[in-house]
Amino acid sequence: MSNEASRGAAVSQVSGRAIPLTGNDIDTDRIIPARFLKAITFEGLGENAFADERASAKAEGRVHPLDDPRFAGGAVLLVNKNFGCGSSREHAPQALRRYGIRAVVGESFGEIFAGNCIAVGMPCVTVSAEAMGALQDVAAAETGSECSVNLETKTITFANQQFPCEINEGARRQFVEGRWDATDVLMQAGDAIGKTAEKVPYFGGWA
Amino acid sequence: MGKTLYEKVFDMHVVRPLSEGQYQVLVGLHLIHEVTSPAAFADMRERNLKIRYPNRTFATQDHANPTTSIVRPYADAENEAQVAALEANVDEFGVRYFSPTRGEQGIVHVIGPEQGLTQPGMIIVCGDSHTSTHGAFGALAFGIGTSQVRDVMATQTLPMSKFKVRKIEVTGKLKPGVYAKDVALYIMQKMGVKAGIGYAHEYAGSVIENFSMEERLTLCNLAVEAGARCGYVNPDETTYEYLRGRPYAPKAEAWDKAVAFWNSIRSDADAQYDDHVIFAGEDIEPMVTWGVAPDQAMGIKGTVPQLADYEEHERASIEDALAYMDFKPGQKLEGTKIDVAFIGSCTNGRMSDFEAVAAFLKGRNLKVAPGVKALVVPGSQKVRAQLIEKGLDKVFTEAGFEFREAGCSMCLALNPDKLEGRQVCASSSNRNFKGRQGSPTGRTLLMSPVMVAASAIKGEVTDPRTMFEAPAAAAE
Ligand code: SF4
Repeated sequence: MSNEASRGAAVSQVSGRAIPLTGNDIDTDRIIPARFLKAITFEGLGENAFADERASAKAEGRVHPLDDPRFAGGAVLLVNKNFGCGSSREHAPQALRRYGIRAVVGESFGEIFAGNCIAVGMPCVTVSAEAMGALQDVAAAETGSECSVNLETKTITFANQQFPCEINEGARRQFVEGRWDATDVLMQAGDAIGKTAEKVPYFGGWA
Repeated sequence: MGKTLYEKVFDMHVVRPLSEGQYQVLVGLHLIHEVTSPAAFADMRERNLKIRYPNRTFATQDHANPTTSIVRPYADAENEAQVAALEANVDEFGVRYFSPTRGEQGIVHVIGPEQGLTQPGMIIVCGDSHTSTHGAFGALAFGIGTSQVRDVMATQTLPMSKFKVRKIEVTGKLKPGVYAKDVALYIMQKMGVKAGIGYAHEYAGSVIENFSMEERLTLCNLAVEAGARCGYVNPDETTYEYLRGRPYAPKAEAWDKAVAFWNSIRSDADAQYDDHVIFAGEDIEPMVTWGVAPDQAMGIKGTVPQLADYEEHERASIEDALAYMDFKPGQKLEGTKIDVAFIGSCTNGRMSDFEAVAAFLKGRNLKVAPGVKALVVPGSQKVRAQLIEKGLDKVFTEAGFEFREAGCSMCLALNPDKLEGRQVCASSSNRNFKGRQGSPTGRTLLMSPVMVAASAIKGEVTDPRTMFEAPAAAAE
């Protein structure tokens, strides 16, 4: 949790090199294999993002996109459908963020994953399948061109092309208003929490 | 116009609106375990926060503990450190802990219901995606991440947007040899793992109404695998009968108040749904998965689908899954050799699951096939104790199954229970993802516990129905 994204900082635009990572239904077990859940902190997770897939790519003489020098230092991850499905482990977004990813652009996302990404200050935005095809093509072809995700205008700019993107409005406002670290915002409810607790019948033990 | 249970329960828990479509909602029950809580506690400490309602958070250990022995320290240093951290944290923050030393430990989604903590009308969260399980009681229950575990501890609330609600009806009756697990896998096969995104699933229809609580728990456990954050069943007499007398269930006068409240939150007859699908119970066969996602499933008599059955953009993923599993389009799965058989997990680790397997094995002198490692891992220490009390542990061990201590075990293999190399595992768990059971190349076939048992006996994937009428069964 405590990473260099400072709590309360607005996230309205993310720019950087793009990493195309193709495939549907990439689950959080693949993003961060379970054995890395045995630690009691998130520290050091960045280097283990996609550990098994990177190792098997290497063993088979392929280069995994996260190890591809063309995408080194990438900050925008380009993915397909249902990315981050499966286990609720926050270790998955933590690993990606600690690797250096600052925004994930996909066709759709596992819901818990997308929620966890909010908590680490890393927006997930969606684009059409067509747009994603184009974005991934550009990323694979261009070297060094910057991809920029703008949450104010909900547009992605990449190699002089523009693509509209979507994000849940509540989440978008959390990012642009710097409210993505929820604790302080939730604390502000103060007494209203206790009032709701009083009217929920089971909460006080059916008194 | 009437309301769904989802709307009634959500609305009741709203503390205040946050921004467009987003609300701050009160959490009624918070369950924690050793894997997703340590960083949350560390952050609480760093930010100097206290737990706002410590009596609404409950802890146990399940993922990391070994199942060969509960003696501490655990052999694996990381497992030990994680559990020790949890124990120190619950002490410091004043959280009730279901400890192995008191015989109360178990998988968090097994002990919530077992203790009577899980009740209709609650909002229930846990740092674990299979929290959807608790929806079986008519609660809104969903998994959260570690930052949210911290937020719930600090404020007893979370920011939430409303889901749409889809009613999934399963009508008619199930055929013999078809279990709740098969129903869940069938729904996924038909709808896909992405269908539930953005939805809460309400399960209804005669099949579900006739389900026991434990069967409903299996079904709701797998709601999340269909993409839905939560799934639920309207509470009824079955729910109340299960709850009555449990340690944390309301007692005496409170019980009557509770039942009145529970009845009031049921979906109204004229409630509107955002989507409605209907399946016929009679169409459902015993199911098995062939791929690396739970919707890559088929009836046991079926064949692995052809690439042409998929849309073009999906074919690469399907080919990849088949290559990983080493299956070919058009082949049958019956007869596939297995190396490991695993019966347990929060999907199928409850009394009725093991009783069904024991009934299948008992008195027939069936033995696990040579070379197959077969594990029976109870979902909780209480389940384990009951099995022993009924003598069912003997039924398993005499058939050649190892009878283990309670925990998640080979569902996720965070503890020492792991597949090795490319082993094939017939598993009653919930995820057949690549590498899920502890070997990066291990292969998982999801199925009902009874099919796992039949497959363990034959040493290959087996339709349990072919073994139902063995003459030796009469010898009992
Ligand atoms: S049994 Fe499996 S799915 Fe259930 S809580 Fe444990 S690891 Fe998660």
